Amino acid sequence: MSSPENVTILEGQASPKGDGAHTVIEVRDLQMRYGTKDVLRGVSFTARRGEVLALLGPNGAGKTTTIEILEGFRMRSAGEVSVLGTDPAHGDEAWRARLGVVLQSWRDHGRWRVRELLSHLGRYYEPYSTPERARPWDVDELLRVVGLTEHADKKINTLSGGQRRRLDVAIGIVGRPELIFLDEPTAGFDPHARREFHELVHRLSDFESATILLTTHDLAEAEKLADRILVLADHHIIADGSADELGRQMATATEVRWTQGGDRHVHAVAEGDATEFVRSLLASDDGAVSELEVRHGTLEDTYMALVHRIETGQGDPGSGGPAGVPGAVVATEESE
Amino acid sequence: MAQAGMLSSPRGAAVRAGLSRGWIETRQSLTNVGDLIWYVMFPLIYAGVLFMMRGSTVPGTDFALGAMVLPSIVGMSIAFGGLVGPSSVLAVEREDGTLLRAKATPNGMLGYLVGKIVNIALTTAFSLVVLVIPGWGVRDQLRVDEPRAWLLIVAIFVLGLIATVPIGAALGSLLTSSAQTGLLMLGSSAMIAVSGIFYPITALPGWLQWVGQALPFYWLGLGARSALLPPEMVAAEIGESWRTVEMVGVLGVWAVAGLVLAPILLRRMAQRESGSDVAERREKVMTRGY
Repeated sequence: MSSPENVTILEGQASPKGDGAHTVIEVRDLQMRYGTKDVLRGVSFTARRGEVLALLGPNGAGKTTTIEILEGFRMRSAGEVSVLGTDPAHGDEAWRARLGVVLQSWRDHGRWRVRELLSHLGRYYEPYSTPERARPWDVDELLRVVGLTEHADKKINTLSGGQRRRLDVAIGIVGRPELIFLDEPTAGFDPHARREFHELVHRLSDFESATILLTTHDLAEAEKLADRILVLADHHIIADGSADELGRQMATATEVRWTQGGDRHVHAVAEGDATEFVRSLLASDDGAVSELEVRHGTLEDTYMALVHRIETGQGDPGSGGPAGVPGAVVATEESE
Repeated sequence: MAQAGMLSSPRGAAVRAGLSRGWIETRQSLTNVGDLIWYVMFPLIYAGVLFMMRGSTVPGTDFALGAMVLPSIVGMSIAFGGLVGPSSVLAVEREDGTLLRAKATPNGMLGYLVGKIVNIALTTAFSLVVLVIPGWGVRDQLRVDEPRAWLLIVAIFVLGLIATVPIGAALGSLLTSSAQTGLLMLGSSAMIAVSGIFYPITALPGWLQWVGQALPFYWLGLGARSALLPPEMVAAEIGESWRTVEMVGVLGVWAVAGLVLAPILLRRMAQRESGSDVAERREKVMTRGY
């Protein structure tokens, strides 16, 4: 996952193959319109090899539409898109063989058995095997990786919701993809399955050097998995950066709690660094402060603040134009 | 691809995967009670027909009416399997995401279509084989001891599927929900009614005879009769002829029309297929409850 510093991202032209092997997804000013309804209005972002990106946003913000355009399942209205060096609108089968797709709500192949379906679908990838990347994934190993070994001979329509979802993930990665799209992959997972899935995502990105773009409504999950978080709201990307960067940029309140003289105190540091406040608190307390606790704003706080600002119409009235700058970008100006 | 040859090429791999897919799905289908009832439907209907027609003969002959109907049912089974099979399956498998899965797989659509053709051919053949059970009693009246009859039946089976499966697939790609397969059943019943399957087409008003003679049901029935009935039974047909050349011609027109339309319509349908469509249709199915 080591990517060189200072990679120029948005300057690159949509070059086929010659993209330095680092930029896997490049989206510039993507527009999507159904009739007169704008769904995406100038979405821009990039993903580098081995990166895990989480795409967050309220329902109906266009997350699924964005993913479907990248997968080549939906034609865009305007903008430039390059996925693995190819325009998804013209992606051929060899290109498709390098992608893994896990969509919402599959319920196909109910009569097939788990192992039977995985080995069947694996066959389509065999001709695309390369010395660096043997395709498809060995079925027994894949079953073990997604935790379905004991269900290998079950009929698919007898699987529980969580098992079914794990099978969807297994099918999505059976061709050992270089780029994986996961649309709400952990919907219906219990905490144990969720943790195992998180390990799988790490494994895919670290050992398989796969690039992963996932959508989720679970912000703790996004914080845990993603190298970078994109927030899609009001038809464009309103924030792009790591969870930390977003938190810092949004200056979400940091909470300081302590006990003094038998009372519990809470102080919210609205802007900047809470260290200064704590230093002065400790300097003036004569040793009476105990149980000191400094709690940073969570991604959830940041997300809520971001989306709230967009929904109440504060900030960035342009709501067009690409974010423009790589790295942590909060495309709205702080208004207070 | 050129140096690797067809067999190891990606498309070759998909065709082979499709062949095994067809076989796996046939096996699943033949061990599923719901599907089996479907496949033995025509043999059961024939058993009923035989019971009602017992003792009756073709007017002016001593030929059993029940034996006369059997070849017509063979033709009808081929046409029905070829038309309704692919269209209903497409409607259902669009809704449950199977098609989208195929689309997400390299050359997956090719494998999917090969699998469907194999599956439809095998299950249609299965229901023809089951017809032997009720038909056993009338075997003496039919030309089952002649190799010519079997060759013709195989030829009609192959030609019949080529003439109907592409059209069936084209129809299926026009449906927007699995609930509409009821329309196909209704349409097929109407076509069967005017195709001289259960009673001679010559008993129909002139204009209906023309409608019947435009449809594959009539010609496949006629073809199967030409294979299995004794030569003198030709007297009951239009023009007192088996009209083999015309049969090949009309079925050929259907085949060409289907082979031209099906790829266009299937491609259009596949292009439109996306995850949110599947989710949306699923939602609809859930709310209407079937």
